[in-house]
Amino acid sequence: MEGIHEMKLKVATTVNGRKHEHEVEPRLLLVHHLRDNLGLTGTHIGCDTSQCGACTILVDGQAVKSCTMFAVQAEGKNLMTIEGLAKDGELHPIQQAFWDEHGLQCGYCTPGFIMAATYLLSTNPNPTDDEIRKGLEGNLCRCTGYVNIIKSVKTAAKMMGGAEAKPAERAAARRS
Amino acid sequence: MAITTMIGARIHRREDPRLVSGHGRYVDDMVRPGMLHMAVVRSPQAHAKIKSIDLAAAKKAPGVSAAFTFADFKDHIAGGIPVSASFVADKKQVPNQFPIAHDEVVYQGEPVAVVLADERYQAADAAALVDVEYEALPAVMDIEKAMESSSPKAHSGAPDNIGWELTYAPENPDVMKEADVVIKERILQQRLFPIAMEGRGLVAEYDNFDKRLTLWTSSQVPHFIRLFVGTACGLAESQVRVIAGPDVGGGFGSKLRPYPEEYLAVVASKLTGRPVKWIESRTENLTATTHGRGQIFDIEVGAKKDGTLVALNVTQYLDIGAYQGVFGAFQAVACLLAGGAYKWKHVASRTVGVLTNKTSTDPYRGAGRPEATHLVERAVDLVAREIGMDPAELRRRNFPTEFPFTNNFGLAYDSGDYGKSLDKALHLANYEDLRREQEALRKQGRYLGIGLSTWIEICGLGPSAATAPAAGVALVESSQVRIHPTGGVSVYVGTHSHGQSHDTTFAQIVADTLGVPYDSVELRHGDTAEGPAMGYGTYGSRSLAVGGMSIVKSCHKVIEKGKKLAAHVLEAAEEDIVFDQGSFRVKGSPDKSKSIGEIAFASYGAGLPEGMEQGLEAVSYFDPPNFTWPFGAHIAVVEVDPETGAVDLRKYIAVDDCGNIINPMIVDGQIHGGIVQGIAQALYEEVVYDDDGNLRTGTLTDYLVPTANEMPEFVLDRTITPSPTNELGVKGIGEAGTIASSAAVINAICDALSPLGIKHVDMPASPDRLWKMIKEARN
Repeated sequence: MEGIHEMKLKVATTVNGRKHEHEVEPRLLLVHHLRDNLGLTGTHIGCDTSQCGACTILVDGQAVKSCTMFAVQAEGKNLMTIEGLAKDGELHPIQQAFWDEHGLQCGYCTPGFIMAATYLLSTNPNPTDDEIRKGLEGNLCRCTGYVNIIKSVKTAAKMMGGAEAKPAERAAARRS
Repeated sequence: MAITTMIGARIHRREDPRLVSGHGRYVDDMVRPGMLHMAVVRSPQAHAKIKSIDLAAAKKAPGVSAAFTFADFKDHIAGGIPVSASFVADKKQVPNQFPIAHDEVVYQGEPVAVVLADERYQAADAAALVDVEYEALPAVMDIEKAMESSSPKAHSGAPDNIGWELTYAPENPDVMKEADVVIKERILQQRLFPIAMEGRGLVAEYDNFDKRLTLWTSSQVPHFIRLFVGTACGLAESQVRVIAGPDVGGGFGSKLRPYPEEYLAVVASKLTGRPVKWIESRTENLTATTHGRGQIFDIEVGAKKDGTLVALNVTQYLDIGAYQGVFGAFQAVACLLAGGAYKWKHVASRTVGVLTNKTSTDPYRGAGRPEATHLVERAVDLVAREIGMDPAELRRRNFPTEFPFTNNFGLAYDSGDYGKSLDKALHLANYEDLRREQEALRKQGRYLGIGLSTWIEICGLGPSAATAPAAGVALVESSQVRIHPTGGVSVYVGTHSHGQSHDTTFAQIVADTLGVPYDSVELRHGDTAEGPAMGYGTYGSRSLAVGGMSIVKSCHKVIEKGKKLAAHVLEAAEEDIVFDQGSFRVKGSPDKSKSIGEIAFASYGAGLPEGMEQGLEAVSYFDPPNFTWPFGAHIAVVEVDPETGAVDLRKYIAVDDCGNIINPMIVDGQIHGGIVQGIAQALYEEVVYDDDGNLRTGTLTDYLVPTANEMPEFVLDRTITPSPTNELGVKGIGEAGTIASSAAVINAICDALSPLGIKHVDMPASPDRLWKMIKEARN
């Protein structure tokens, strides 16, 4: 058993547009690789059973809980973390919307929610409330009661050009 | 106070840019040179003798520097973890909790050894190689059985399992005789996990040459940690700097006490000469961090046929866990608030704390107040049902209308208008329409329920006259306000923000009080190396009413000093100087005026007359004259599916009154989050142990924390009844939602199921529990 942990494998990734190459243990979780080897500590860890979604990042554009992947599985992949979202000191509209709508309190779950929302809006630019709820069901927040998180994602959709969902649609979707 | 421009404004949070961009600084983000990672070996047994601990294999594992057990710590930690008197000053049995087990483990998750290694994974690997031999002892798991004299004991050799027993007021049978109806009920408060999204974690760095400790820890109470952990580890406050965070990812009461790992990491750093990091995994968190609630209430309520409440008898049985929580006895406050928002001729209450082989219970959001609200709101609904009166009407008839209102235990509710918030909530809910809809749906065999909770709480902890004897420490609050030479303002406060937005709201208060630009105010907290000597931390919805007021007091001291300086600079008599909107002016000479910044500059740089000291800064300790008493009315609307037992929470209306409001956006955010934690208790969450003491809900797979999918539509509104106890007129809002909401939801479910004759439902009202009850009721 000792031997396997001394074995190292090469992993080359592009993270937030920058190329990285490291030698890592095969068992190293991607989230630990990002935090401990790359110093990208904006990706958080809130559980050890993949329930909480605090570690959500984008892997080739798809939302992934980075505690569910080994670092070596990210070989050759294009990753985006929370640190890659703001450009030239300007917050991304989703980050701005979370700020505007008080979509966070302690802030610990926030990077995961923002990355999950980034993926959601990339696949559905104009989600109903119910679609937002479903799109974020893999993420836990203990502070906000989710009300302002849903509002933040709606506001972000508007800022990014998606039309506003109609209230009637929202009510109907929630009952279904 | 000056004309307000910032107080009451919906200012966006200044905390957010760093948090939304991934630049928050939580403890696990910290790396120190030469840092070791600590892994804690924990007992898999709830109750056992430790026969032996073999560290040999662990010590030989790759990257391991050291491994320690009780024997290594015993001479470095004096005493154990403190236990506050809280509301039970005389306890019967307080087993000393040393931070690591000696020869007996008394709960699953108790530390038995630690391993220190260069890397996180190496420490975890080596911890798995520690070989501990246990001899199982009977586990005490059920609090009712634990009270029997024949029960095994949670601690070997103890006389019994009673941690405390106290009668606050005895029953009065003569008063109860005046009641036309008397109803008994047993009401359960299940154990809950607090689950801050960031678990606990720390970095302890002891410098063996300077003899100084820096401890970064995820805590709500950095000064308490310095006091208790530092002292026990033989360090004076001057040698210890505790930094909470800097960012802390939520607390909800679970981070307001010193914990074993803090002591162990400090000593481990001393012994190894290297910084030590420990980061709690979620699985660890669920046994190693305190739990909330865990109580049984037996109640007896008496009322007249006209709806007049007469008497209430309450006994609280509280599951302490294996060790008394540091502030665990605070939860007995439920006994003093059992009468809720109503006038009673008599309220009797008694608390019994029972030791078991489980993780300790300690305050969790609301702490004793959700329990009190739940029992009394259930009690008034039981009465309303029994006498056939509308529950809103029954409540209204029993509200006090004169304030301050002194309850049966001598606690004075500062101000209130309970009828007004109830009326507003009923209006927002379209209550009459809902009752008609309920009637119509019942004819179709559908079960709609409407549940009320007209809650009150005690917060703003607290006046020293009450808290010093009750908690063993006066829970006042400190602040320091510094005006820099060029007019910038730094404010230090002894409270701590971990989601509560103090950086924003407290700066709003300072901007208005000093009449300076909001952006010129910097708010600092959480670092014991800065600001006044002592701080008291954040819990019990106290930060604004006590910490905020301390800041106001420091601002006033600065203004008073500024007047003296201005009199000198403006060549006027001190009594002719007025302070208004950030400027010192001479009465009757409108052209003679200096801004606070100009006065500050003069105060540091100018030659001053004899007897006048340079500088413009002040330290204050604010000791509130009374607690504050927020209140409100919540209404939950549910439909229960009789075939599946599923609850559809259709709508949730909350009208709350927390006195004057500094930032309405932040108040609403606190209410949302609070309500959801109460709904989570009502419908989803429960800590379950088996009879042998194994935690069966040991991961978030087994314990349902609600997601965005589970939440209802919210309608929030408010009334504003300023508190007369402080100049800001504020009360507190951090726990209100949680205190109110479990009762509203359960009352709604009981209301829905009333045609089936179901009178009471315990929490969580899960589909299987309701399905069984419905099935039984139909047979």
